[in-house]
Amino acid sequence: MSNQVTLTINDREIKAGKGNKLLWVALENDIYIPHLCAIKEEPRPNASCRLCFVEIEGRDKPVTSCSTEVEEGMVVKTRSERVDRLVKTGFELLLSDHNLDCRNCPANRSCSLQVIAKKCGLKLRHQRFTPIERDYELDDSPAEFALDRSRCVRCGQCVWADRNEAKAGVLGFKNRGIDRIVTSFNDQPLADLGCNSCAHCVDACPVGALYYKQKA
Amino acid sequence: MGTVNPQEQYKQLQNKAEDYAQARQEKPRILIGTATCGRAAGAMQVKENFLHELDKRNIEADVIEVGCIGHCYAEPLAIIEKPGFPAVCYGYLDEGLVNRLVEDFLAGDDPSYEFALAALERNDVFPTFEDFPRGIHEEKLILENCGLINFQHIENYIGSEGYSALALALSREPAKVLEEVKKANLRGRGGAGFPAGIKWEACAGAKEDEKFVICNADEGDPGAFMDRSILESDPHRVLEGMILCGFAIGAKKGYLYIRAEYPLAVKHVQEAIEQARENNILGDGILGTDFDFDLEVFQGSGAFICGEATALVNSMEGKMGLPESRPPRLVQAGLRGKPTVLNNVKTFAYVPRIVKEGADWFKSIGTPESPGTAVFSLVGKINGTGLVEVPMGTTLRQLIEEVGDGLPEGREFKAVQIGGPSGGCLPESALDVPIDFDSLHDAGAIMGSGGLVVMDQDDCMVAVARYFLEFTQHESCGKCTFCRLGTKHLLDILTNITKGEGDRETLQLLDELSEDIKQGSLCNLGRTAPNPVLTTLRYFRDEYEAHIEEGRCPALVCRDLILYYIKPKKCSKLCNVCVGSCPTEAIYTRDDGLKAIEQEKCVKCDNCRKACPPEYDAVIKLSPPVLPEEKGARSK
Repeated sequence: MSNQVTLTINDREIKAGKGNKLLWVALENDIYIPHLCAIKEEPRPNASCRLCFVEIEGRDKPVTSCSTEVEEGMVVKTRSERVDRLVKTGFELLLSDHNLDCRNCPANRSCSLQVIAKKCGLKLRHQRFTPIERDYELDDSPAEFALDRSRCVRCGQCVWADRNEAKAGVLGFKNRGIDRIVTSFNDQPLADLGCNSCAHCVDACPVGALYYKQKA
Repeated sequence: MGTVNPQEQYKQLQNKAEDYAQARQEKPRILIGTATCGRAAGAMQVKENFLHELDKRNIEADVIEVGCIGHCYAEPLAIIEKPGFPAVCYGYLDEGLVNRLVEDFLAGDDPSYEFALAALERNDVFPTFEDFPRGIHEEKLILENCGLINFQHIENYIGSEGYSALALALSREPAKVLEEVKKANLRGRGGAGFPAGIKWEACAGAKEDEKFVICNADEGDPGAFMDRSILESDPHRVLEGMILCGFAIGAKKGYLYIRAEYPLAVKHVQEAIEQARENNILGDGILGTDFDFDLEVFQGSGAFICGEATALVNSMEGKMGLPESRPPRLVQAGLRGKPTVLNNVKTFAYVPRIVKEGADWFKSIGTPESPGTAVFSLVGKINGTGLVEVPMGTTLRQLIEEVGDGLPEGREFKAVQIGGPSGGCLPESALDVPIDFDSLHDAGAIMGSGGLVVMDQDDCMVAVARYFLEFTQHESCGKCTFCRLGTKHLLDILTNITKGEGDRETLQLLDELSEDIKQGSLCNLGRTAPNPVLTTLRYFRDEYEAHIEEGRCPALVCRDLILYYIKPKKCSKLCNVCVGSCPTEAIYTRDDGLKAIEQEKCVKCDNCRKACPPEYDAVIKLSPPVLPEEKGARSK
């Protein structure tokens, strides 16, 4: 059996390696699908940001492309009424818990939320949902960078980079539900916990939650 | 198979059980329901009372703790078995009644039928449970032993043919067990109704040496206590189902994931496991065959999300109890990456009888698509609260009006909440829906784990939806966007509506957001969390509209939309009860001697309304919160 499959995405015929996830196959072929939490190297996708929905012919509802393996003969549409509606709601929900002061954000112009807004035609402001009020403390203890949780989208990229690239084990999630945050052991300042300012986590952050101080 | 015939080995156990039973036949026996529900009602005190009274009169009798017989409304309960009389069940026991029963029945020969609920065996004198409407509908497959046998001794389970299915299965091929379960179309009783046989088959086919069986006993729905009662009352039945599963799929190890808030269930299961090991029913070479299987209890720490299969497995592995995206399914890669079958307590509990009596027997009960029975915990505004087991296909109306004996007098049925926080509220018009997985799903509710709450005119459907959303929002793990933020916004919107805030667009947003959370969430907690909102919007939209358009709560529940008022025409100058009942001193005596409420001080605690003597019944709630115009009233 061949290790290649042929599938159709948005009417384009595409060849891809067996076992690959749909999201990465699309992105590598310059077909955009919004995403925040996906990590290519991670075999079991997080599938938590819930933005990378696509329609697959024969499936009764949209599925997340980060968790779907490509199959021979698969027919995929990256946009549809249902997909757009889910992406819009998911995106608005994320914005309702995000500090939307883009002008003063170090990630301005490099932020994944801005990319998603542009590519999907979504607005970068609060619409249907009342912004959730938060009171976070800024952690600027590391020499080079800082963590501002008011911008965090809980994608988990920093935690993955911290554990798998930096192998530092400083960052992790804590709490449940709406209180879930990225933090350190016992909420101590990062610098006190052996963070060596390798900044893998900062590079991984798709928004401006972890940022270089010099840029701010 | 092994050198010894498992049926022979089992015969020896049966003989032992028979001797055990015979040695206990001469004396009268008093069986007291001491499951968690009984204890909460004072069963342990009743047990003490019996022991004391028997001792005082020097009567020889065995006082035995049994589980829950299901008639929780009449707890504490006891069954008295006296040679020469039919076994009789007595309810609402207290010290005086115990005294009387010991004196008249055990010392004397008067069974005091005036205090009896029902007899347990046919006789010429007193009706049995089967003679009442509830008994006519009920068909106990997995609750058959609950509240009737002493779970502390394995001999009692074996005495009622327990573990005979295991002995039978072990004398055949594992594939035979699988075949029966599959043919029986046993659907998962955890709520979703996925066929257990298909799950087992996938796991049996997996080419791995190590496999696991997990029993999900992380029952967490508010108002649900079926799994707890079964584990407390008849733990061996669940163990037998799990061992059979292990045999069918080729696993050697199983776990019961029981929440730590069920200490009695944990204790009873652990004792049952010990006894099963002592009797060669667990461990190496079960019943003399070469089949090895052992069980262990894993105590969950109480997060509701850990009832979700992948979160449960994560928490067993020492990780945060967060759900994972599927595939891979647990049967492919479950606990420690090994193929795993995970089923609910009740699902396993059906297996022994399916193996013993065959798939055709099982399919003769219930409906073609949902064979077997459904177990419900009936709670809320209903006379016969408790644990019931009825064939699938019974209608909700039969369940509420006949099995549950209807609503208390003066109560008017409004809705039935079925399936817990993942389920929905169904109105009067949906009561003829037959209970099975698919019909309930079509009506907007789910079978869920089997919690059933009956609501009446005093329940506000917006407040009920809000209550369940508060629960799911609190229990959301926060991993995925739709559940973490979506349930938070749903809750906020509902909270606003209970304050009378909102408009037509709010209701539309509520509807849209609910649908999107359902479609977009990662796991079933999120996917089902909006059901209470969607069903109340669908069936009780007028109540939502009353809140936002008129500022009125029709059920007089939402505090921001009601006020308390003392009707001058009904109030008595001679009575002062309400004044004393008020914790905030909001009630004052008017110049004319009648009482009135200072609204600014009132905290709407309802004390005055409860305190006002029924002959006056002067305190009422008004919604919208507008005071009626009154002549001569002092304004304050």
